[in-house]
Amino acid sequence: MESTTPQIIDAVYALITAAGLTLVTIVTRGFFILPKRSLTLPKRVERALKYAPIAALVAVIAPEILLNTTTLGPAWIKIVAVIPATGYYYWRRGILGTIMVGMGVFLILRAFT
Amino acid sequence: MRGLIKQSTAFREGARDMSVVAPGIAAWGLVTGVAMVKSGLSVPLALIMGFFVYAGSAQLAALPLLVAHAPVWLIVATAFCVNLRFVIFSAQFRPYLISYNFRKRLLASYLLGDLTMVLFLKRFPKPGVTKEDIREQGHYYAGGSAVNYLAWQCAQALGVLLAAFIPMSWGLGFAGIVALLGITLSLINDKLTATAAGVAAMVSVAFVALPLKLNLVIAIVASISLALLWQAFMDKHGAQSGAL
Repeated sequence: MESTTPQIIDAVYALITAAGLTLVTIVTRGFFILPKRSLTLPKRVERALKYAPIAALVAVIAPEILLNTTTLGPAWIKIVAVIPATGYYYWRRGILGTIMVGMGVFLILRAFT
Repeated sequence: MRGLIKQSTAFREGARDMSVVAPGIAAWGLVTGVAMVKSGLSVPLALIMGFFVYAGSAQLAALPLLVAHAPVWLIVATAFCVNLRFVIFSAQFRPYLISYNFRKRLLASYLLGDLTMVLFLKRFPKPGVTKEDIREQGHYYAGGSAVNYLAWQCAQALGVLLAAFIPMSWGLGFAGIVALLGITLSLINDKLTATAAGVAAMVSVAFVALPLKLNLVIAIVASISLALLWQAFMDKHGAQSGAL
């Protein structure tokens, strides 16, 4: 029988993380809005702001795509799926289409290997 | 008061403009909901997290870390970095909200999403001056965020509930990874950002054997440091950043 229940993430750990993430949402979106007085950031911090999201996102997804993982399978399938997805993105600039192309290739490759 | 808002033309205009992109928002939410359960969050936990965090990219980025039992501080720090673009949005949005009290500012900022910001700024490039302008802008924002919120939350919950019927072996969590890739690509627009991405990828993979997902910290620090150093070097020597 096909397994539909993945490994369970511990509830307390997940809830504490969820609380922390909610705080992140509130703090980042409210950063310049919530304080009564307007804030100024040092120039270097402002510049770092530009690169931090890219760095964080790539740091998270790079190992997931470039390495064999238990949850997502062999690296070559993921890499091959990402190439047309990236191509689609630069062609049409739509995230939705990018997801569909990437997932489509991914699922087809998995079905036939 | 609430009834009056719904009758306001600005509210309906905001709702209508957002409805055009609502299918994309819903699909995005659906993918996030499915990815959360497929990564190992139970249905109740996924519903709770999705409901309160209301930030797709942060939720998706947190999933591999949760699976690896990374420490909470690291997940929060990573999500903070991923969400930093909202800090920039909040700076742009502040002039529009200064006349509101704290509770309204809290609600308005909490609801601030990528598309909400984009559509609102398109409609109102300048903050309102008169009381009528400010009220109109507030109503437009309320209409847009209401549609955004409903589309996202309903689709996400649906994704969470339906995910249980999808076998693990399909690897649907990959949809979340591709979604994050899409966001990353939208942020890369010159040689400098591309290099930052490349460095982050190489360092993150190189140190993947470290416990507690510490490879993320090292990769983020290395990537930002290198980008800042290179940018300082180019400013000094007046070179172009090589826009793509």
